[in-house]
Amino acid sequence: MADARGAGVVHAADGPRELQHHFDSMAQQKDASSLGMWLFLVTEILFFGGLFTAYTIYRWMYSAGFADASRHMDVRLGTINTAVLICSSLTMAMAVHSAARGRRRPLMGFLAATMVLGAAFLGIKAREYAEHIENHLFPGAGFHYAGPHGRPAELFFSLYFAMTGLHALHMIVGFGLLTVLLVQARKGRYGTGWSTPVEMTGLYWHFVDIVWIFLFPLLYLIGRHAH
Amino acid sequence: MAAAEYIEPVASPPRENYLNVKYGVKSWLLTRDHKRIALLYLASITFFFFLGGLFALLIRLELLTPAGDLVQAETYNKLFTMHGLVMIFFFLIPSIPAVLGNFLIPMMIGAKDLAFPRLNLLSWYIYVVGALFTLWAVVHGGVDTGWTFYTPYSTASSNGHVIATAVGVFITGFSSILTGLNFIVTIHTMRAPGLTWFRLPLFVWSHYATSLIMVLGTPVLAVTIFMVAVERIFRLGIFDPALGGDPILFQHLFWFYSHPAVYIMILPAMGVISEIVSTFSRKSIFGYKFVAFASVAIAVLGFLVWGHHMFVSGQSVYAGLIFSVLSFFVAIPSAVKVFNWTATMYRGSISWRTPMLYAFGFIGLFTIGGLTGLFLATLGVDVHVHDTYFIIAHFHYIMVGGAIMGYLGGMHYWWPKISGKLYPEGLAKFAALVIFVGFNLTFFPQFILGYMGMPRRYHAYPPEFQVLNVMSTAGASILGIGYILPMAYFIWSMRYGRNAPANPWGATGLEWQTPSPPPTENFIVPPVVDRDPYIYSPEVETIG
Repeated sequence: MADARGAGVVHAADGPRELQHHFDSMAQQKDASSLGMWLFLVTEILFFGGLFTAYTIYRWMYSAGFADASRHMDVRLGTINTAVLICSSLTMAMAVHSAARGRRRPLMGFLAATMVLGAAFLGIKAREYAEHIENHLFPGAGFHYAGPHGRPAELFFSLYFAMTGLHALHMIVGFGLLTVLLVQARKGRYGTGWSTPVEMTGLYWHFVDIVWIFLFPLLYLIGRHAH
Repeated sequence: MAAAEYIEPVASPPRENYLNVKYGVKSWLLTRDHKRIALLYLASITFFFFLGGLFALLIRLELLTPAGDLVQAETYNKLFTMHGLVMIFFFLIPSIPAVLGNFLIPMMIGAKDLAFPRLNLLSWYIYVVGALFTLWAVVHGGVDTGWTFYTPYSTASSNGHVIATAVGVFITGFSSILTGLNFIVTIHTMRAPGLTWFRLPLFVWSHYATSLIMVLGTPVLAVTIFMVAVERIFRLGIFDPALGGDPILFQHLFWFYSHPAVYIMILPAMGVISEIVSTFSRKSIFGYKFVAFASVAIAVLGFLVWGHHMFVSGQSVYAGLIFSVLSFFVAIPSAVKVFNWTATMYRGSISWRTPMLYAFGFIGLFTIGGLTGLFLATLGVDVHVHDTYFIIAHFHYIMVGGAIMGYLGGMHYWWPKISGKLYPEGLAKFAALVIFVGFNLTFFPQFILGYMGMPRRYHAYPPEFQVLNVMSTAGASILGIGYILPMAYFIWSMRYGRNAPANPWGATGLEWQTPSPPPTENFIVPPVVDRDPYIYSPEVETIG
């Protein structure tokens, strides 16, 4: 487009308009996109991996303190949020399915539903954050924690805010991607021939959900099991 | 054949190539051509190379005399920190991959571009944004944590611009991640018909291995630096022992990336050396598959040895033992490469062109750097020489003697392809010699200094160390001149150099089967590959 010149234009004219000039075929382009997305998710796993490592070390060093701090989580809200996210994964999968079948209206509907569920998750999360901050559980100068586990609890909440904060950031990015998809879907860009962006965003969305599936028990449930 | 090209007047209208297809700043800043992006990187990393060199110059000037008379201790701390940060994150890590890899990988595999051209351009912009943060920190007083950002100093005590620098390194890391991702996908999906994995040039194999490290390691550095920044801003205790945190955890996370990062710097150089050695020995590379898999083995083993940076940090003795043994293993694939290059040269028809001089330099210096690495991987010896100049000498033999020699060798080897011009051979040989002499005079005395017990990171030292330090500083001045020479004659050659033929070295790679400089789409006719790489047979003309 911007640098449509020379051989690029000639070649692109041979294939569908979504085929970029440097690929030979749609299949090759699709392969590249998929592999690229999966690799990106691998980098994301390692990115979160650093925090999970820190969590593991401190949970091992301060297991009683972490369990104690975990009791300050609102399990009810956490469970609701987990359910909300799992449902959003379902609607996202349906969106990918609809896009591949070239069904425009269901695609738009499922994308919108995924966005609503994503927003609901973020809203509930924000409410939890507000409660923690109100209860002086945000680490730093204002942190206040009764009982013998003050220091470990502060570490727990440091990791809690870092991990769920990064997760929420990923949700917001996902929300942005879904917005773009919705606009493009409305224009009828995706059909049986080409729906790669929907599929790739789907992979990303599922990944972000899976991160939560790990965060939820590690942060909310460790203080719950019977002694 | 080269001579014929030379006499021909340049009056005929120039053929359209990637350099003259469009003019203007916009055509460069918005380009998606991997070759132009490679040149954008070349300009940026050259700037940072000389900035990092300036810091090194000031360090060496301070160390000319035993007294701390040129700069104060605090300033000195900032100088070696900024030298390390700039050289590692803004020069060495992007050097060969982002310049030569970017330029050559699509051409070597017969593709029109990388798989994600826009992402490639984005990588460069991300690099620039990260660089601007770091430059801001430099201009506003610098940072003094050492390039390693060790906690709790970096999070609790240091009063330098830790956050700005950390943000710079964090952002630049994503440029590296995206470049690695782009390379892996390109090598998997964009190869020309007939170009099977074992027909790939070894340069491509080594970049594949490098990309694996970039993709798997860099995110961990990113999240670690994120934690440091968050801890510093909110006064958290993730790594602060006073608040219950564990500073050793930081070191584990940091070196999980930063040790493999050493292989990000050396593996691409090994790829360059494989190409050069084969071309200028007129022989197929000895043990192709061993060299290819050695790259992958180095990448994999590189992830299992980070603890050898922490032998005296208080990690468990058993962990130390295991990390020590695993570190020895890295020597195996590294030695495989050195032996195979040597065997390639054996009974080869060797020509002493500039790239080959750099290859010889690389093999010798890398061997010294690698063998001293074995000393350091040995627990008992490491306790003795830890944090001394022995370490400094060791890793400069790998990073300067290895990586930069490889980079310069590659720049000379592919300069005719990149610019379409020949560099002045006599001057280039002279510069290679100056660099080799200057390098050894700078860094060999540091092995002795370190073994005698001179610690690193001090701006003053006992007078008995002065002679060796003066030698080192003298060597650094020679080295500096050696580095300015290639930059000068490369720029000179762009205007006044002889026109380069398509294949000035008589080499076999696909990148030589297309005109110099190449057209935007790389090949006039998309190539099909029907043979192994490095087939040099007697009927192929020898180099003119």
